[in-house]
Amino acid sequence: MKKTILHIFLIVTSIITLSPFIWMLSASFMADGHANVYPPIFFPDAFTLMQYRNLFTRLNVSSNFLNSLFLSITVTVISLLFNSMAGYAFAKFRFKMKDKIFNLLLSSMIIPAQVTMLPLFLMLKSMGLINSYYAIIIPGMANIFGIFLIRQYAISIPDSLIESAKIDGANDFQIYYRIILPLCMPILITLALFTFMGTWNDFMWPLIVLTDNSLYTLPVALANLMLEHSKDPELMMAGSVITIIPVLIVFLFLQKYYISGIMSGGVKE
Amino acid sequence: MKKLDLNKENIRSAVIFLSPALLSIFIFFFIPVVAAFIISFTDFDIYSIGDYANISFIGVRNYSRLFQDVLFWTSLKNTFYFVVLAGPLSVAVSLFAAILLNSKLVKFKGLFRLSYFIPVVTTLVAVAIVWRFIYHPKFGILNFALSFIGINPIDWLGDPNWAMPAIVIMAVWKNFGYNMIIFLAGLQNIPSHLYEAAIMEGANSWQQFKSITLPMLAPTTLFVSLITMIGFFQLFAEPYIMTQGGPMNSTLSIVQYMYQEGFRWWNIGYSASIAFALFFIIFIGTIIQFKLRKDE
Repeated sequence: MKKTILHIFLIVTSIITLSPFIWMLSASFMADGHANVYPPIFFPDAFTLMQYRNLFTRLNVSSNFLNSLFLSITVTVISLLFNSMAGYAFAKFRFKMKDKIFNLLLSSMIIPAQVTMLPLFLMLKSMGLINSYYAIIIPGMANIFGIFLIRQYAISIPDSLIESAKIDGANDFQIYYRIILPLCMPILITLALFTFMGTWNDFMWPLIVLTDNSLYTLPVALANLMLEHSKDPELMMAGSVITIIPVLIVFLFLQKYYISGIMSGGVKE
Repeated sequence: MKKLDLNKENIRSAVIFLSPALLSIFIFFFIPVVAAFIISFTDFDIYSIGDYANISFIGVRNYSRLFQDVLFWTSLKNTFYFVVLAGPLSVAVSLFAAILLNSKLVKFKGLFRLSYFIPVVTTLVAVAIVWRFIYHPKFGILNFALSFIGINPIDWLGDPNWAMPAIVIMAVWKNFGYNMIIFLAGLQNIPSHLYEAAIMEGANSWQQFKSITLPMLAPTTLFVSLITMIGFFQLFAEPYIMTQGGPMNSTLSIVQYMYQEGFRWWNIGYSASIAFALFFIIFIGTIIQFKLRKDE
């Protein structure tokens, strides 16, 4: 009895949680005006792809899609390289001030990113990089959380492995890509996932530094589209689907890494 | 002799391995933080962007202006209202969900966990747009659903009294899955023999929750409350998409006000002081949370 009630409750709340997505998906397949009716219909009476066609032809969303994809992949690759190198150094190297520098980095995580935005904008502007891909890529090249995540993981790699590789004549770079990177693979996937999705979903910074419609990422393009199409739910839902689907697919394939990343970050702190 | 060489080698590779990340963090994070602090004591505005010679130091005038700025106080009040409402609600919902999912009775745990978690990974801008239509007073599915339990249509985003609660509901829906995962990890770390002993002594579920689960989860709860609070103070995209700060500035947030002053009107000095006010609030909030836990 108790078990049945519990399951009914879980099923109902799951459906409620997912209902915005269900409605989004079905409205995106409706013709103009069909989502603006009372009572609302949950399933399109006449299935149509016209909203998607509209987005990709007339509104040229494909370039926004490619911008998002390119930027997310580029930031992920670069930051993964930089963060893993630094994470390894903080985990395994011995040098002066190591703990001091690391603690300084950690405590500065409390500074909200918004504080840096104005000077960063001026800095990039003086370099002529506003309204270019660089304005997104450069500030994303490394981040403290990523270094922290890798360092926590790499620190548990036994020193003996590294020592014996050194005896065999391996230098630090060989150790980095032959031992550290393979052993850190799970956390690298986790961090890659965080970074990819974080860059894909980011809104405020791209909104500030990208001014040209052809350079907009999907969220910025979508916000912009909303200004003219606030009365067209069908079109806007199709845009939302296009924006959400890629991150959702990536997440579904790699969810175990994402979940374990949150858990390790949360429990160890 | 050999030892010395190794050390030298060590320092050289430490520099090589650290410099890409640390240099970019130094140049694109630490320098901007310091620069923002300095800018917040200047009258940096649109005329200074073309020619930095137009900038002059004005002491704490930006900060004293904050105190008299009605719009700033409104944004402060709104943001606090949001954090105080959405923060505890989000933590409570995620703890509740985690406890349910942690029960041994539950089948298809992974599936339920996934359904609760999906809002977390989806694009905030896209879901804010979806919710904007869900909240539509005439055609929205929320008012339609509420009509079944006899609630009259609410103008969620058009009524100054309802706009912020509407954003709170959406934010809780979007975020609770994240905290739920952290709570699940915390719950799994509680040794089961504690519960077994409590059951032997005849403790009911509520007593077990109060005297075992909550105290054992205290560090997790602190962490969850902290990251939730810090994240919620930075409220921006939801009002930007759903209400543009309205109606009647009832959802204007601190970050949104900072964005408007800085990047729309180019009052960069003043905007920097708003950013530091946000930093200061988050800093104080963090200290208070730590203090509260210690006292317990």
